[in-house]
Amino acid sequence: MPALQLENVRKVYQSGDDEIVALHHASLEVGDAEIVALVGPSGSGKTTLLSISGGLLSPSEGRAVVAGDDISGYDPKALTRFRRDRVGFVFQSVNLVPFLTARENLLVVADFDRRDKKASGARADQLLGELGLGKRKDNLPGQLSGGERQRVAVGRAFMNEPSLLLIDEPTSALDTKLGEQVMELIVSEVRARDTAAVIVTHDLRMTHYADRTVQITDGVLESSD
Amino acid sequence: MKVALLELRRRPGRFVPALVALVLLTLLLLVLGGLLDGLANGSTGALRAQPGQLLTYSADSKLSLVRSRVDAATVAQVGQVPGVQQVGGLGVVLLGAKVPGKSDEANAAVLGYQIPPRGVPAPPGQVGDVYADRSLEAYGVRVGQTLEVGPNQYPVTVIGWVSDTDFLLQGSLWGSEATWRAVLASARPDAVLAPGTFPVLTVLTAPGADPIEVSTAIDAATGGATHTVTRAYAVDSLPGLRQQRSTFNSIIYTTFFVAALVVALFFALLTLERTGLYAVFKAMGASSRQIFSQVVAQAVIIAVVAFVLGGLLAWVATFAIPPQVPLQLTSARAVEVFVGLVVMSAIGSAISLRRVVRVDPASAIG
Repeated sequence: MPALQLENVRKVYQSGDDEIVALHHASLEVGDAEIVALVGPSGSGKTTLLSISGGLLSPSEGRAVVAGDDISGYDPKALTRFRRDRVGFVFQSVNLVPFLTARENLLVVADFDRRDKKASGARADQLLGELGLGKRKDNLPGQLSGGERQRVAVGRAFMNEPSLLLIDEPTSALDTKLGEQVMELIVSEVRARDTAAVIVTHDLRMTHYADRTVQITDGVLESSD
Repeated sequence: MKVALLELRRRPGRFVPALVALVLLTLLLLVLGGLLDGLANGSTGALRAQPGQLLTYSADSKLSLVRSRVDAATVAQVGQVPGVQQVGGLGVVLLGAKVPGKSDEANAAVLGYQIPPRGVPAPPGQVGDVYADRSLEAYGVRVGQTLEVGPNQYPVTVIGWVSDTDFLLQGSLWGSEATWRAVLASARPDAVLAPGTFPVLTVLTAPGADPIEVSTAIDAATGGATHTVTRAYAVDSLPGLRQQRSTFNSIIYTTFFVAALVVALFFALLTLERTGLYAVFKAMGASSRQIFSQVVAQAVIIAVVAFVLGGLLAWVATFAIPPQVPLQLTSARAVEVFVGLVVMSAIGSAISLRRVVRVDPASAIG
């Protein structure tokens, strides 16, 4: 079963009397355990596509199916539940909660889901250990390096054992060397867990980490290799 | 919820402005409430302590103890009314009392009674012996002292203490009927009452009798010469009490409103500042309800901490305020302020609900 299927997805925003088409009948399939890089310039529709795939936005037309579930018609409550249970996000600016330790940043996800505390704690410890942060788990984000923060963000995205990982511009604020390190980390963690991932990036130097690259321009998925 | 608590613990500094404002408002609420209670209790203690459910005044007195006169014949009529178990006279005279060794006179109310009020022993056998209310301690009154009351310095000796029995903010001195008549004769010879005549009667109703029906029966039996009311009604009818209560309550309710406003503005700003964080939480699957409950939890916790600190300040303030100032911190008032503060804080924080609901999870990306 594909991790993600977008079928003829169209997204239109209203701006006064004008309609802004962010996605033109986009179709995309991401296989189970496949890593897809989505590249395109600013304003091309990358973020809209990622948001629809993660249940942050609903398509105006077309279908979005994640791990067999058609989320196109989900109401806001169902989408909230879907995001909590089925997808993991790694945000562009990491977005860790500054007053929570690395471990607590992972447990936030479990806290929203009211999961068993003991099991959640064990999973957070396991993830942090696997990410090489076992000894840094009680540090606040401000006490961690940029790379360590990125690793915490990756760990947080894996907390709910997602079917699909959505990663937004992971290297945008990093130099080439650090960007490569972060991409290596993300890709190795995604592969280690057999999870599918869509990585949005405008940095073409990073596309070779993905199994496939999809180009998007003006809301149109143009090519894939 | 856990995130809210951790933020309070790890970043207490950002909540200090709201906390300080609420501590000061708590202090204000407790002091205002304490003054209201002190004034009200200091005015009404003598009537609240009456053992009878009913008080009988003369019909033309407008429920004023000073104007009321119930003569001996009427007292006998009242005693005969079905449902009346016992009738006792109550007299009062307000005057100054000179305390040995003190230059300032204490404001005193000498009361003569036949049926002991709550917490007051049976009338002293010796004319001139009185039980003094503990409020007079602030004026230097001690047990065993002889006070000189009124312009002609009638001597009364304090033989014990009673509590919460003051009348119109005058420290009460409870003596026998004979003591009250003797003090009245000494201080106000023009106001002496005939034997058996009292300003007011305290009426104990028989078990099972309806006090309202009995009060109607009393006034009917005296041919309209009396006006009989419940003790609570008599207390509320004391001059200025209602106005005092409504004035203080207006200030107290306004202060509660200001507390809600402070919390509302503070958390509205905080929510605005946290929009990005809430978007991330929503993107990760937090519902608006979960996020909003964190805001409310923080507001309530701040209110509770503010109440504790404000309560401590108010307690310290009681030592700084002169004992003559009728400030009474009661547990009932503290509970009212606590509940009011928590509720108003929760309501104030609810202003942020709309903003929390409107946070778009999609804004976490891009």
